Amino acid sequence: MSLTLLNVIIAVVIAIAFAALNAAYLVWAERRGAARIQRRPGPNINGPFGLLQPPLDGIKLMAKQLIIPGGVDKILFIAAPVLAMFPAIMSFVTIPFSDTIVAKNMDVGILMIFAFASMGGMSLLFAGWSSRNKYAMMSSIRAVSQAVAYEIPMLITTITVVMIAGSMNLMEIVHQQSSSILHWNIFPLLGNSHNLLMPFSFLIFFVCTLAETNRAPFDLGEAESELVAGFHTEYGSMGFGLFFMGEYANIVIGSCMTTILFLGGWGCPFGLFPGVWWFLLKLYILIATIIWIRWTFPRTTIYGLLNLSWKILIPLSLFNLLFTAGLIKVF
Amino acid sequence: MVAYFSEIYNGLISLFIGMGVTFKEFFKPTVTVQYPYETLTMADKYRGHVELIENDEGKPNCVACGLCARACPSGCITLAGEKPEGAKKKVLTRYILDFTRCSLCGSCVESCNFNALEFSKEYNLASTRKEDFIFDLLQRLEERNK
Repeated sequence: MSLTLLNVIIAVVIAIAFAALNAAYLVWAERRGAARIQRRPGPNINGPFGLLQPPLDGIKLMAKQLIIPGGVDKILFIAAPVLAMFPAIMSFVTIPFSDTIVAKNMDVGILMIFAFASMGGMSLLFAGWSSRNKYAMMSSIRAVSQAVAYEIPMLITTITVVMIAGSMNLMEIVHQQSSSILHWNIFPLLGNSHNLLMPFSFLIFFVCTLAETNRAPFDLGEAESELVAGFHTEYGSMGFGLFFMGEYANIVIGSCMTTILFLGGWGCPFGLFPGVWWFLLKLYILIATIIWIRWTFPRTTIYGLLNLSWKILIPLSLFNLLFTAGLIKVF
Repeated sequence: MVAYFSEIYNGLISLFIGMGVTFKEFFKPTVTVQYPYETLTMADKYRGHVELIENDEGKPNCVACGLCARACPSGCITLAGEKPEGAKKKVLTRYILDFTRCSLCGSCVESCNFNALEFSKEYNLASTRKEDFIFDLLQRLEERNK
């Protein structure tokens, strides 16, 4: 596929549409799921099963006035929501959904996704700093310390997988796991790793995904009971909408990465009918788990959050990295 | 060192137990009553404002003796009756309940010897005007029978 302007525009439109659609309907799924867990019906008035709720919410948000409070740093204030959404959409460029569905297959795909993912923290910092609001400020300080703390074990775990695969190309990583379910990186026996600690790597990566996307139980950045709404306290209208969409797009990307790195991407567990549907199935199971986790656990404290990262996840992931390196040297 | 790992292990197990609890709850039926669309039937002993009981012909059982009005500690009840030509009993002509002062104590229902008063199951009462809560029970009875 040649990289013409038309191709690029179509890819961008598809990426934005995919991100927006996911964001809208994950909110619906989240509200319905939360309701089921709490034995409520959830949104069910607009349309069958409340399926018209997300577009109506979107229309409402777009119709509202965009208020910029006095005394804010205007440039940063306007830039922050855009910056929340933009890295999320950029990351979709290199995520392969199947052998053929990928916008641009890069040799350094992982590097690019993590580079853009770390820009997400910047948007939170901008939003909190520019809002001229103590709650937003507090929240952005928390969010950044959290992002820094959890990026380390996440990257170390990713390096472990990259060492096993010997490649930073996401396609290549999936191809190495595609034979059967036992070749997936999460399972240690038949794959390239021979590392019995791989399930723990998966857990570490998954926990870091939750923390990096500011999801419960690590949603200290927008702890609504203490900090009003956190960094987006001062945002209304589509500014708030973009933050919201960015958050859900990040969840999708995090789950995509978990699927690709540990769960064999679009490979079928039994070697039957490989294709994009397996990828989507695994992706949405992971997302459902993330929603399930949110409605099970209460929010951690900031000490608990940082202790988990610095005292448990980082030492364990470092040990796992060294252990894997040793195994690769031996076998 | 052992404490460190046992803490991680126990923490992890407790997380899975918690997720098991919510997983089970997910498949249980919902308990919400969607109020304007669905309502629960009220309990037998529910006390709404009092209502007149009618006899087989659709007329009130009340003989306008006035015991309920006398029993009412708040003076909510005003009633009047007359004796038509040739009839044995008095017939009720007016029964006004001032619900703004009623505390639903039930003294009127207890004092009635003619099985003429009961608590209604009415709870959808909301208005911005005081006058809406001064009920003409005789009129309500006629409206019920229409």
